[in-house]
Amino acid sequence: MKLREIAHSRTGDKGNTSNISVIAYDQRYYPLLREQVTAERVKALFAGIVHGGVVRYELPNIGALNFVMQQALGGGVTRSLALDAHRKSLSSALLDLDIEDLSKSEDA
Amino acid sequence: MKTVRIGSGAGYSGDRIEPAVELAEKGDIQYLGFECLAERTIALAQQEKMKNPAAGYDPLLEPRMRAVLAICKSKGIKIITNMGAANPGAAAAKTAEIAKKLGINGLKIAAVTGDDVLDVCKQGDFALLEIEGRVGDLGNRILSANAYLGAEPIAQALAAGADVVITGRVGDPALFLAPLIREFGWAMDDWDHLGKGAVVGHLLECTGQITGGYFADPDYKDVPGLARLGFPIGEVSEDGSLVITKVPGSGGAVTAATCKEQLLYEVHDPANYVQPDVVADFSQVKIQEIGPDRVRVEGGRGKPRTETLKVSVGYIDSYIGEGQISYAGPGAPRRGRLALEIVRERLKLTGVQTNEIRFDLIGVDSLHGAKLAEGNEPYEVRIRVVGRTDSLAEAVRIGNEVETLYTNGPAGGGGAAKSAREVVAVASVLLPRDLAKPTIKYVEV
Repeated sequence: MKLREIAHSRTGDKGNTSNISVIAYDQRYYPLLREQVTAERVKALFAGIVHGGVVRYELPNIGALNFVMQQALGGGVTRSLALDAHRKSLSSALLDLDIEDLSKSEDA
Repeated sequence: MKTVRIGSGAGYSGDRIEPAVELAEKGDIQYLGFECLAERTIALAQQEKMKNPAAGYDPLLEPRMRAVLAICKSKGIKIITNMGAANPGAAAAKTAEIAKKLGINGLKIAAVTGDDVLDVCKQGDFALLEIEGRVGDLGNRILSANAYLGAEPIAQALAAGADVVITGRVGDPALFLAPLIREFGWAMDDWDHLGKGAVVGHLLECTGQITGGYFADPDYKDVPGLARLGFPIGEVSEDGSLVITKVPGSGGAVTAATCKEQLLYEVHDPANYVQPDVVADFSQVKIQEIGPDRVRVEGGRGKPRTETLKVSVGYIDSYIGEGQISYAGPGAPRRGRLALEIVRERLKLTGVQTNEIRFDLIGVDSLHGAKLAEGNEPYEVRIRVVGRTDSLAEAVRIGNEVETLYTNGPAGGGGAAKSAREVVAVASVLLPRDLAKPTIKYVEV
């Protein structure tokens, strides 16, 4: 299934850094997010867009992850040549990530 | 336990005005905050002020004040805003003028200044954070330098009886933290309460983004009434806990999910959210729905503030020239790609000098690049060629080359548009906090 089925997301910008939250619709999906939506996968997905490191912060209380991506805004929102200079639309690309539903594969 | 109700009436300079009026009329609020300064807004306002010493404040100050001033005065609602931009003094004078015209008497307006630290930054020649070099390297391209001031001068103005407080650059959450300091008597080294207040300010400062704006995704996250979205109200208790709600009957929705998205919006390390007054810790925050459009938020914490203030330095960075044209129907993406190749070759042939350039196919790869777009062919596309140059004249040539595709390019191109502009960009420095000295002046009507 797609990440979109179990989580929602919002992108924020500051300077040349982008952050994307990934929030479980239901707390029971949080372990799945934690296990499968890794900083490495996010960095690979955005190769060519994000030129710096990707750090993941965990917020178990609200069932969310926060990805902070350096050198992600084409030199900064105020000077970027990109159509979406804030890169606000990145969250939608992240929600297309494939998630393996472990409970289902065990049933089968 | 004492509570205070604060409304958030603008999340950016161009935000809708009627939801703020609705908050003032029906929100049962004591304070109304308007956050109107994006990163580079002050630099642009400074350019306006250089042309006209009475200008340089928010262009929508006048319609906003006209819309809410009389209601707020009659209900005793205090207005707090950073609409002063590069010229809080002129903004206060303008507000006084509007109040007089509206027949309002007994209004005390405070202008908070001291965020302008351009001279100090030039003298100190501090290192720039996002780009290489120091302040001095910007030479005469530098336009402005404004420190993010904290909540203290705003709280002082409220304590002095101000009905309206107008600032330049302050930390956005400070607009909402200040009334809490005033109402609950929190000390400026009561880090835990200041941290909780920073959570309040952070959640409120983007208005509709917590009441269902910037959230809807049909069938996944449906939100009713976005055309008449209600702006948020923070009902804050003396212990720093908070309920987010909105005016009953307004559009939108306040849910745990909308609050979670906003809690992490523009946050990096959630345990260290650096504000002028406190380093807030969002990592232990709990969010719970307690009723329709009522969400309880608690568990924010705080740590001692940093010794430096962040300063936004505005400067003329470069020039950008751009051109676009559309293609539709069978083969549109191929004609679009051909058009891009033609412009690429033309810019080379005619010797247009660029430092950086992009060739986008809007509808295909303009937002996330070719890799993520693979396999999706749309009915219509729009090409976009955009380049960075050292002069406006050179920037103009880029859009011109795209426009010539009308008669020289692939079949069926339509809707060409071109632009060239100066780029005012922003970089940051960290300034020892003692070097920024807040000052408050009052105007009374």
